[in-house]
Amino acid sequence: MSDKIAPRDVLGKTFAELGESDPNLVVLDADFWPASKIAAFRDRFPNRFIEVGIAEQNMMGVAAGLNATGFNCFASGLCTFCSRRACDQVTVSVALSGLSVKIIALYPGLFVGKNGASHQALEDIAIMRAIPRMAVVQPGDARETEAVVRFAAGYDGPMYIRIGRDPWPVVMPEDYRFQLGKAVTLREGKDLAIFTYGEMIADTLDVAASLDKKNIKARVVNMSSLKPLDEQAVINAAEEIGKIVTIDNHNIIGGLGSAVAEVVCENHPVKIKRIGIRDTFGKSGTNDEMKRKFGLTTHDIENQILSFLQN
Amino acid sequence: MDENAVDVKKLEKIANQIRINVVKMIAKSGTGHLGGSVSMAELLTVLYFRVMNFKPKDPDWEDRDRFVLSKGHGCPALYATFAEVGVIPKDWLATLHETESPLQMHPERGVCPGIEISTGALGQGLSAAAGMALGAKIRGKSFRVYAVVGCGECHEGQIWEAAMFASKYKLDNLTVIIDYNKFALSERIAEVMPLEPLYDKWVGFGWHVIEANGHSIIQLINAFNEAKQVTGRPTFIIAHTVKGRAVSAFEDRAKSHSVSLDRENVRAALEDLGCPETEIKTTLAQMKE
Repeated sequence: MSDKIAPRDVLGKTFAELGESDPNLVVLDADFWPASKIAAFRDRFPNRFIEVGIAEQNMMGVAAGLNATGFNCFASGLCTFCSRRACDQVTVSVALSGLSVKIIALYPGLFVGKNGASHQALEDIAIMRAIPRMAVVQPGDARETEAVVRFAAGYDGPMYIRIGRDPWPVVMPEDYRFQLGKAVTLREGKDLAIFTYGEMIADTLDVAASLDKKNIKARVVNMSSLKPLDEQAVINAAEEIGKIVTIDNHNIIGGLGSAVAEVVCENHPVKIKRIGIRDTFGKSGTNDEMKRKFGLTTHDIENQILSFLQN
Repeated sequence: MDENAVDVKKLEKIANQIRINVVKMIAKSGTGHLGGSVSMAELLTVLYFRVMNFKPKDPDWEDRDRFVLSKGHGCPALYATFAEVGVIPKDWLATLHETESPLQMHPERGVCPGIEISTGALGQGLSAAAGMALGAKIRGKSFRVYAVVGCGECHEGQIWEAAMFASKYKLDNLTVIIDYNKFALSERIAEVMPLEPLYDKWVGFGWHVIEANGHSIIQLINAFNEAKQVTGRPTFIIAHTVKGRAVSAFEDRAKSHSVSLDRENVRAALEDLGCPETEIKTTLAQMKE
């Protein structure tokens, strides 16, 4: 595996480049640009960097208005406040209006730099998945983050993009091109299929390598496109392998596990193990402390998978 | 502007026709937001027949002035105005609130021509209007943006987020009008959650503020003319109105907010508005049992 890069670290450069090629591209910010690392765009295009202050609800409405006036709008802030707090604005002003605001949602799930429960978005995927027209994506590494942002800049429709805070290894191939609604198999296996996304991908590949030593061959699939979901990839796993594990950096209610279970139940019922945060609030702590607290270390994940395979 | 310079009678007649059509639409639908629709009749008339620069047959014309009905529930009056000015065909009005009608109970962008943003969830439209006004500034376009907010709507915190935003970005191309009919859904605003001192609040947020009688064509025209002269800050027009205006059974009453009209109500309302007897009979005949 290659170097570790934080997904947020690619935002400034990517947006600055997109801003050069698209004079209609604007970025809105809710007092978070030092953390979202979009200073390069802010410095290069001060007139197209819209600072709304700590007011995510207004930010979504302003973005809708700008988009309705022909601007290519990215609204950025914390996952929690872009989803929970601005849910109604995203639903009515953006989605119901048929507009194409792209939401750059930082600090997904448990990994929020010790900020604790109020800042941990464990329900944002559930909220955003349930909004009609909304696409929901969490890139699997920094490389895919850049690909997703570039894709979003040309995409017609609202999109919620979770952007990781901390560095983890680049796992996607160098020539990777993002396709909305397309799963990416990162490792092939015949004994079980593991679907995951974002921060959990690199750890999942480690788990798969460890299982391999026990002669258990796991397919590992990057489901960065959480909605639309690659249903065929899920059905194939159910039909070909019959044992499915999902790993969420999110409440297991409404996250990827729920989405996969919906597809499996409707098409080819098999047993599923949903690994993730089990309907509880988060806590302050480092990422490693969070993984230990919520059963998401590679050791915990492997044990849960072994237990699932034995039953 | 003095009364001789503008055909006040003609505009008053249009406002009255908007009220008549609102009553007819709600009568046929069986239910609807009457009070907060008819309180805006003069306001919408002045905007669409006197103030705004737009092309009725080309509602997506790039350089049009934008209008946002932030208090989306008042859209029967907006639809009736659209029909009068030619944005939509008059026969659409009879489809108000029908499932497949462009005239949904709260307005939807992309569903009905002339609707710039979906509203209905109170507090949201003003932010979008501010975004449109900022868009004009960034582009160097001269179009103006108008938004109507309700007084109960100003209970929503997002209104004040947008108020700060429009002030920060010096959106002098944005004019916001409050349909200040003094009622929310349940009771008088003063009892539900007082807004006063409203003038001072908006001045304090950095806006140019004008007070006007929201049923006076002349006062409204003067207020909009004044707003166009203001530079460096947005304008807030406090339009003092009466909920249920000119429909005597509902005038100045909270119960006018959302009504189900019976035949007696409809006849009385249309008679109040001077509607011809033949039209009253047709309206009554179209009402569901």
